[in-house]
Amino acid sequence: MNTTSLKNFLVSFSGIAVLLFLYFPLVVIVLFSFNADTVNSFPIQHFSLKWYSVLFRDDELLQSIGTSISIALISTAVALLIGIPAAYAMHKYDFKGKKLIDKIVLMPITLPGIVTGVAMLSFFPFVGVKISLTAVTFGHITFLCAIVVTQMLARFKRLDPYLEQAAYDLGATPSATFFKVILPNIKTAIIGCVLLCLVLSMDEIPVTFFLIAGNNTLPLEIYAMMRRGITPEVNAISTLIFIFSTTAILLSMRLNKEK
Amino acid sequence: MKAWLRKYSLLLPLVVWLLVFLVLPYCFIFIQSFFETDSFGKTIPGVSIDSYQRAFSNSLYIGTIFRTLIYAVLVAFLCILLSLPLAYWIAFKVKRNKTLLYTLISLPLWVSYIIRAYAWKIILGKEGLLNTFLQWAHITDKPVEYFLYSTFSTIVCLVYILTPFVAIPIYTAFEQIPKSLIEAAKDLGAGSFTTFRKIIFPLALPGIISGGTFALVLTMGDFLSPLLLGGPNTLFISNIVQNLFGTSNDRPLGSAVGILILLLIFLILGIAARSEKKLSSLKSDSR
Amino acid sequence: MSILIIKNADKFYGKNHVVKSLNLEVDDSEFLTILGPSGCGKTTTLRMIAGFETPDKGSIILKGEDITYLPPYKRHVNTVFQNYALFPNMNVSENIAFGLQQQKKDKATVDKKVTEMLAMVRMSNFAKRKPAELSGGQQQRVAIARAVANNPAILLLDEPLGALDLKLRKQMQFELKSLQQQLNYTFIYVTHDQEEALTMSDRIAVMNEGVIDQLGTPEEIYNSPSTEFVAGFIGDINKLSGKVTAQNELVCNGQNIIANTKNIPNGKEAKIFLRPENIFITQSNNGIPGKILQTVFAGTHTKLEIQLSDGNIVHINEPVNSERRYTHGDSIHLEVKQHTAIIFE
Repeated sequence: MNTTSLKNFLVSFSGIAVLLFLYFPLVVIVLFSFNADTVNSFPIQHFSLKWYSVLFRDDELLQSIGTSISIALISTAVALLIGIPAAYAMHKYDFKGKKLIDKIVLMPITLPGIVTGVAMLSFFPFVGVKISLTAVTFGHITFLCAIVVTQMLARFKRLDPYLEQAAYDLGATPSATFFKVILPNIKTAIIGCVLLCLVLSMDEIPVTFFLIAGNNTLPLEIYAMMRRGITPEVNAISTLIFIFSTTAILLSMRLNKEK
Repeated sequence: MKAWLRKYSLLLPLVVWLLVFLVLPYCFIFIQSFFETDSFGKTIPGVSIDSYQRAFSNSLYIGTIFRTLIYAVLVAFLCILLSLPLAYWIAFKVKRNKTLLYTLISLPLWVSYIIRAYAWKIILGKEGLLNTFLQWAHITDKPVEYFLYSTFSTIVCLVYILTPFVAIPIYTAFEQIPKSLIEAAKDLGAGSFTTFRKIIFPLALPGIISGGTFALVLTMGDFLSPLLLGGPNTLFISNIVQNLFGTSNDRPLGSAVGILILLLIFLILGIAARSEKKLSSLKSDSR
Repeated sequence: MSILIIKNADKFYGKNHVVKSLNLEVDDSEFLTILGPSGCGKTTTLRMIAGFETPDKGSIILKGEDITYLPPYKRHVNTVFQNYALFPNMNVSENIAFGLQQQKKDKATVDKKVTEMLAMVRMSNFAKRKPAELSGGQQQRVAIARAVANNPAILLLDEPLGALDLKLRKQMQFELKSLQQQLNYTFIYVTHDQEEALTMSDRIAVMNEGVIDQLGTPEEIYNSPSTEFVAGFIGDINKLSGKVTAQNELVCNGQNIIANTKNIPNGKEAKIFLRPENIFITQSNNGIPGKILQTVFAGTHTKLEIQLSDGNIVHINEPVNSERRYTHGDSIHLEVKQHTAIIFE
């Protein structure tokens, strides 16, 4: 091998090695979810679906899945209702404080979750939102707004500006234009955005951690299971979450790319 | 409906929501950081800089902030170190399926944090994958305890979780370098390494800084990794805030430390934004 | 003497055969232009010489040395890129010094050469500027200086004037030509602009669909194009049809035309290619009859669109100061200058 191809090999090798590093832990979880043993040791001796059946009999875990799904559905719906019209206005009009809104809406993403979490924990009771699953839902809506506004704003920007002008030119009112011309064209982006919101809400920890009372959400239930000690059941539920998230995210990426 | 009315009716719900559930909470912890606690640990409204004085005088607080900063710098550095070859490989060596590979590096970003952290518990545990593998291969004869529940495992987990955040801006920066510049360098006699050192790296530096800043800021605010994978001595500043709002129940002090973290983060973001601007020589018109 | 020889070079992009068994010999110190429409393979040919592409078949020989598989950084040729490709992180001097530093020249030599190059392209006052602070023409000059600084055996130029506006482009054409004569370098210049090719080149290679259709001086290419493609691509041309009646004689719209009929046998249909400057309106009634369809004022002349009796359309240029003014519908007669028509079968 000459030096040029050796160099090429080293570059490709280290690139691939890092990519493997990113996926190795996920592969480990999936593999060990089929491990019959209680200890996650190398090498795997027997394969079984035992932990999946344990999982489906774990009432607490199932309940947490239900809790997470309801929170995700409600907060996604509210975030869309608040976020899409605002994103449309931010795309269409120029006004004072637009940049400020842009910055503020992103704060739950750009600022550390711990600060957002303790800020909400301290303040929510003042506006009558007790620390409860309701508070968690409100917290989720707030950070999902960041996702909805940025995603939809990006989609509006890619929309052909002449579409709207053509609609007006043909006599459509602003609301007819929005519902008959704009909305059908951003439909796929909305679906993509919904999937992304659902996944993010179902995985959220930092804010939920501080606002929760009563039943656990799914990630916090897993957290609790982990603190109780390593149980291979976590491997099984993790594998299921991994499959669900990956599918939803890939679908969302695809829908967002569509014209 | 008048245009201005339509505009504000579209915006109003978001603005009100953000004000009540985001801006006011942030303002409130700022105010709360000046409150006091009585001898029973109850929060009393007031204007006092007592919490800040305690935060600065006690090495548990100010010391941990600096230690966390050092960890964060280390994490950011390791993330950049891993991201460079990955991004370079995809941007310059891979010819086909680039989009697929890009998807592969961005996908882990969206996969549940807790699962990704949990995976390291399986890998690094006392009876975990790495230890049992090392014993199976007769490299060690007893488990290495230090792998899990230590600062080491916490850092490994953070690097693992944050690498995609860093790799993506670096990859984007690499892709934005016009291919003709790289060809020009080769044309003028520069080999791959010189081209990287003198052309690619300087031009991608803003992307590298922005990626590194992500990792830095996210590490400063992370409390889960140390909680899940840290040992008895692993203490990040966010864990202190979490404790002050939980078991210790000293909200004014917790708020003050939280505000200090925020200020430090704003400082880091400000410095990063300035140096990115200063270093960015690739303008759209020079393509 | 040939400084560069390309032998039977083939290049495929997937199934696309972009360069088809190409042969080209470039003389020392000549200004050779590879001219052709986009997608004809001209840039690929240049990139094979520079080393950015490797031919799938054939070889490239520079000064007797086979360089077909040599990486670009080991070749003694340099390129002026289409969009200049100046390093935005380096100032003008640093850009020019880059190649010299790669050759591990000592600082004094580098500095001396950079100063010399800056003076050559009249950029001495801009040495410390960044590329983004320069105009298009100035960036162009730096790109040339940077490529020339390495003393390449051949300077390759890939549509270097494409990004400039018309006026600047004309000025740079002269500058490039005089620079080439002054340096006495071999230039291989790629462009799709036929006017640029005609004004600057010693020789032109007209490329079409991966093949060199014709290689010759600008006069040869313009006056006796060897293929229909070359005739149509370079300069304005009118396409008429006629019939060969005798050796070097044709009939077109009932009128005789004298032109080189090559080996086309008597009685055969032929295509007649005529440059606008070789067709005149004659006041006699002996000529090809036609009708004026349109007149367009174009500054120095008036463009006339004329329909012949067989339906073919001809464009000619009438001097503005000519005595007669023509308008739509006028009947006229056209005369063709002898031995100027180009005939294809």
